[in-house]
Amino acid sequence: MPAREDTALAQGRTALRGLTRRQLLSGATAMGAFVIGSGYVTGARADWATEMRALKPESFAALVQMARDIYPHDRVPDANYVAAVKEYDTQDKAEMAEAGIADLNIRAREAKGEDYLDIGWERDRVDVLRAMEGETFFQTVRGGLVTGLYNQKAIWPIFGYEGESYSKGGYIERGFDDIAWIG
Amino acid sequence: MAAPFAQDDDSVVVIIGTGAGGGVLANELAQKGVSVVALEAGGRYLPEDYVNDEWESFGQLAWTDPRTTSGDWRVAKDFSGLPAWIVKAVGGTTTHWAGASLRFQPHEWKARTTYGEVDGANLLDWPLDADEMAPWYEKAEEKLKVTRTDGRKGLPGSNNFKVFEAGARNLGYKEVHTGRMAINTDWYDDRMPCQQTGFCFQGCKWGAKWSSAYTDIPAGEATGNLEVRAKAHAARILHDDSGRVTGVEYFDENGDLHMQKARIVAVAGNSFESPRLLLNSASSMFPDGLANSSGQVGRNYMRHLTGSVYGIFDKPVHMYRGTTMAGIMQDEARHDPARGFVGGFELETLSLGLPFMAAFLDPGAWGREFTSALDQYPNMAGMWIVGEDMPQEANRVTLSETEDQWGLKVANVHYSDHQNDRAMRDYAYDVGSRMYDSLGATRTLPTPPYPSTHNLGTNRMSERAEDGVVDRNGRTHDVPNLFVSDGSQFTTGAAENPTLTIVALAIRQADHIAREMSAGSL
Repeated sequence: MPAREDTALAQGRTALRGLTRRQLLSGATAMGAFVIGSGYVTGARADWATEMRALKPESFAALVQMARDIYPHDRVPDANYVAAVKEYDTQDKAEMAEAGIADLNIRAREAKGEDYLDIGWERDRVDVLRAMEGETFFQTVRGGLVTGLYNQKAIWPIFGYEGESYSKGGYIERGFDDIAWIG
Repeated sequence: MAAPFAQDDDSVVVIIGTGAGGGVLANELAQKGVSVVALEAGGRYLPEDYVNDEWESFGQLAWTDPRTTSGDWRVAKDFSGLPAWIVKAVGGTTTHWAGASLRFQPHEWKARTTYGEVDGANLLDWPLDADEMAPWYEKAEEKLKVTRTDGRKGLPGSNNFKVFEAGARNLGYKEVHTGRMAINTDWYDDRMPCQQTGFCFQGCKWGAKWSSAYTDIPAGEATGNLEVRAKAHAARILHDDSGRVTGVEYFDENGDLHMQKARIVAVAGNSFESPRLLLNSASSMFPDGLANSSGQVGRNYMRHLTGSVYGIFDKPVHMYRGTTMAGIMQDEARHDPARGFVGGFELETLSLGLPFMAAFLDPGAWGREFTSALDQYPNMAGMWIVGEDMPQEANRVTLSETEDQWGLKVANVHYSDHQNDRAMRDYAYDVGSRMYDSLGATRTLPTPPYPSTHNLGTNRMSERAEDGVVDRNGRTHDVPNLFVSDGSQFTTGAAENPTLTIVALAIRQADHIAREMSAGSL
């Protein structure tokens, strides 16, 4: 539905332009992701932003936070978690994801009295997740992240993984035996 | 008649599978002037096609056709549709293997005699022994250009090996070295030496590691006696009223069914596909599956003990730089029941890239306990346990209700650990952890077995027809012109990586088949 997407994108862009840094920060929640305009989600530091195609923006923001809470790496920026769960923002997956996030919020309110995104401490959000880790929705999201997050080449340098090496001639002259602390 | 061969040419030997067993058998027969048609379910990929990327390579090479699983092994829960990480391609799993090339220890040919009766285990002696296998091992080592053998030098030690070696020496272990590897340390057979690139599991882009895909297969084809049909998926082995096999039905990549006539059929599709094919070839004469009068087809599935230990240090290791399997400790490979188990195990270095580490370190785990380990990826060292697991009748391949893209019932793989397996794994986890602890590891991670790469048993070799599926030459007890040529022949698994033994058995089998053919008895 290109027309609707275009509208959402335009509204999102307008909203983003209209926001000051202070407004961005004041809107920040637990994860630093929040909804601007209709159909646009951005990070607190405005270091990522994505327009929504099928998911409600607040649902996507919760999903991004859930992804970080499942595989928390403090040196990996939000943008990579966004990329890892963006696949749910499609017509064929949005219904499942909306239902899952709705359930997540119900559980969050029952256990902690707040929507998932509003829970301030990771350990409290993890409590909510632990209670639902047997559910299909949780396992779908977690399983998808194993490749969706860790197979992003952009994050490999953060983990000190160098990836492809054949084109560089392997490591025979690039440190395959350079360990200094073994005698 | 020179290759390619006509489908109604009933003078050819049809080999199903082109890996360490089938690929070697095909070449060895072709060199002796025997006409061979090799049916390979996968496509043809060569070093220029391989990719230094774990998931992309997995998509290119791995067997991902459906399989099902059961039993209490954790693989059935974490990777229920992927019991094995093996290859569907010309060359089979020799594209993926790490290259460790070890002979069985003499006592391992006689596990039942050496270990005695083990409750719940279906142990049996091989009808072969170390003396009889020695000349075939020599031929296999020469073919694979195994390092530290026959004057060939060993590979240099990588970072991961140096950590491993220092830890082993701290614990007093003596037999520690960079392995006997089918990875060149010099130019051999126009294949260059190793460049320490890593990604051995993804296919060696230099061709420094031996794989039948670019050695035996093209050598056999060059004789004019071997035709390899890629993307040809064997469906059923046919037989005549006398109980001799006559040909193989297979699907081509378009899904069209063909039949290749055969004088002899050799099955080498690995320990899942070989018994699956025999079971799917059931007929009114062989209602329980071809060559299954013993009821042992599919049984005694073994996968080696496996399990890994990763150690995290406060200083960098960069374990992924260099060969994946960079060294070995063999002191624990002996049989010494005082340790609380029969049989033994090898420890071998191993590394995974970040994407596979995330998938395999602790499948299903999440949260900071898991991610804080991955955060230390550059400071990790890793090792793999390869130990002898017990053959058990109930650990078996059967036909699943699930069907594949050709409408053929797929293999269900059932596996549960034997008490001996658990005792050995716990002991090995402890050894591995103490090796790293002795060097100041800040954390050690005993890691569960991955989807199996060493798949053994399921058509085991036996002296007596009632105890197994094939005889001492890999010929089925029931059908005189039907052979099994892969790791499914293994009577027991021993503690060593199986490829060298599969290759040695294939060379020996080729000699047997050619001799019987010239004698007119096959």
